[in-house]
Amino acid sequence: MYPITKARTLADKIFLMDVKAPRIARHCEPGQFIIAKTDEAGERIPLTICDYDREAGTITIVFQIVGASTERMSHLKEGDAFQDFVGPLGCPSEFVHEDLETLKKKRILFVAGGVGTAPVYPQVKWMKEHGIDVDVIVGAKTKDMLILEEEMKEVAGNLYITTDDGSYGTPGMVTGVIEELSKEKGIHYDTCVAIGPMIMMKFVCLMTKDLGIPTIVSLNPIMVDGTGMCGACRVTVGGEVKFACVDGPEFDGHLVNFDEAMKRQQMYKTEEGRAMLKLQEGDTHHGGCGHCGGDK
Amino acid sequence: MDVLKKIPVREQEPKVRAANFEEVCYGYDQKEAMEEATRCINCKNAKCIEGCPVAINIPGFIAEVKEGRFEEAYQVISQASALPAVCGRVCPQESQCEGRCIRGVKGEPVSIGKLERFVADWARENNIKPEPAKEKKHHKVAVIGSGPAGLTCAGDLAKMGYDVTIFEALHEAGGVLIYGIPEFRLPKEKVVAKEIENVKALGVKIETNVVIGKATTIDELMEEEGFEAVFIGSGAGLPKFMGIPGENANGVFSANEYLTRNNLMKAFQEDYDTPIARGKKVAVVGGGNVAMDAARTALRLGAEVHIVYRRSEEELPARVEEVHHAKEEGIIFDLLTNPVEILADDNGWVKGMRCICMELGEPDSSGRRRPVEVPGSEFELELDTVIMSLGTSPNPLISSTTEGLEINKWKCIIADENNGKTTKEGVYAGGDAVTGAATVILAMGAGKAAAKGIDEYLSAR
Repeated sequence: MYPITKARTLADKIFLMDVKAPRIARHCEPGQFIIAKTDEAGERIPLTICDYDREAGTITIVFQIVGASTERMSHLKEGDAFQDFVGPLGCPSEFVHEDLETLKKKRILFVAGGVGTAPVYPQVKWMKEHGIDVDVIVGAKTKDMLILEEEMKEVAGNLYITTDDGSYGTPGMVTGVIEELSKEKGIHYDTCVAIGPMIMMKFVCLMTKDLGIPTIVSLNPIMVDGTGMCGACRVTVGGEVKFACVDGPEFDGHLVNFDEAMKRQQMYKTEEGRAMLKLQEGDTHHGGCGHCGGDK
Repeated sequence: MDVLKKIPVREQEPKVRAANFEEVCYGYDQKEAMEEATRCINCKNAKCIEGCPVAINIPGFIAEVKEGRFEEAYQVISQASALPAVCGRVCPQESQCEGRCIRGVKGEPVSIGKLERFVADWARENNIKPEPAKEKKHHKVAVIGSGPAGLTCAGDLAKMGYDVTIFEALHEAGGVLIYGIPEFRLPKEKVVAKEIENVKALGVKIETNVVIGKATTIDELMEEEGFEAVFIGSGAGLPKFMGIPGENANGVFSANEYLTRNNLMKAFQEDYDTPIARGKKVAVVGGGNVAMDAARTALRLGAEVHIVYRRSEEELPARVEEVHHAKEEGIIFDLLTNPVEILADDNGWVKGMRCICMELGEPDSSGRRRPVEVPGSEFELELDTVIMSLGTSPNPLISSTTEGLEINKWKCIIADENNGKTTKEGVYAGGDAVTGAATVILAMGAGKAAAKGIDEYLSAR
């Protein structure tokens, strides 16, 4: 069992937990992920590592409720435990192995969207710890959905916040800020890291390709084992089929086939939705899901 | 009783079992087992033992069964095999022990597999366990992977008194016995979990959720955690795909994914969260045991299922019994057929598969006649799910993170088949990680040989 040493709600349906997993905490690097399973019946859920404390032996995860398993996960409290917690999986971010002096000369932009702010955080923190100030753009639907603002402020060079509905920060999308920084302020970025919803990463990549900024994205496709065994996470990158779990999760965003990746993410939408409805409505469920026939 | 024929084994009716995940074969009862045992003529120079990768004293245990001394029979088997209830169910007996049986020359061979299964099941039901070592040796050995190779190696080493820890990447021990082979062929709780308990009863510790190569490395295990020897039995986990257009469409799965969702994650059970695509019309591409398992699983989940295989029935690599069971249950065999493209609808979901007819030409390097395309014979199969069962290759996670561990061009770990020795001192390997995808029993044989190799190595230190 893997005890939860801290649990808090970050926003509506978004949760943060610190989990005791010393083997993982000892070896993980920014960019890697873990797989968590609540109990016997739960799914194996891949989550990018949000933070780690090697001394305390803990891993920080952030997740959003998207289905029955994440819904159940959200009920766990401090003192409870995950039945299974495995990692670190996938490859660390490339910069971890880059020459520090070369890296220090680069102008780096991070773009985070929604719950994708969580995996961006350890990368920005790593930069800060290595004496590199980076620019960070964080986008959220609305002010209440914004997460880790204070934490990010502490580690980012410049932090730009946008909300879709304009309830906080600059109104609009993250791409608007990229455009402003690059075109109006004339900042030339050497590299960009974008993590968030697939659709956001797609549009960020379209823009950075135009601007000539090499861009890394982190994909979170459907997975089962996370060690290369099932091939559920296959994604086409530069015309080649890759397994996100072992070859990624980070890839050259300008080469990723986002349209295929987005379609693949829909694979179990109906099944997930059904499981979710069953959980929420229990015996009171009498149709509406389009599957049970209760409404016919 | 016709002495030339096996005592028939009782099975679930094909029509009934096609809709459930209960075990297909019921196995022998005491009376049937004792009667079948009388068919063994107790050869002095027993060929069946030579055919067994772990060299079970087959006439020896059958002689005990004949007399109704089942516990003694179990102890005879236990000397050689750590997983008899598994092997009795999934070994390809027809090409091993039973393939060599003298009875088979003029009639049917002795039903060795079913007898082994009976003895193992009897022992389990009567709570008979293998005996742990009396004297402990104070050497720590790490075993990577809890599949058939790892369990056998760990069990054998523990019996010799070593302090053994198994590291398993998944959340449950058993490897392919848990994620790969379905419930209806190998019950998980009743059989696999109990065999693993037996290995634990010998003193073996199992740490799940540890991915060697990620959470820690072999070098760290040896330098920092005090393990003096390591056995790698990490299997061949990476699925192959065909590389044809449309293969990334929704509804195309590797057999590994499909079976893992169903077996390890128990997607077939209502109260488990993990989803599985319940297709209406499914094609399984391939002709091995894994293809049969995937096909029969899809059938039980409610689909019409086609096996699409590019050679003819004769070349099907699956066990005869599995093909026979699949046919009885209503699996449709589209033989001499090869997919060329997977067709998807506007939402990216599989709607069909374009195939081409094949004919057999000259024998290839494997000795089997090479299938060649029949020009102009393309046709479309209407489908909503495709399961690719084309074999697997070893995972590079361990070989790429272990200093001095050499692999061959197929990414298989190089190891001596007599003792499992690799190119790195103190590190041994066996099973699919060394041979590429093979059988449970061959992996067990390799685990056994490596246990002997490790014992010799540590004894000499």
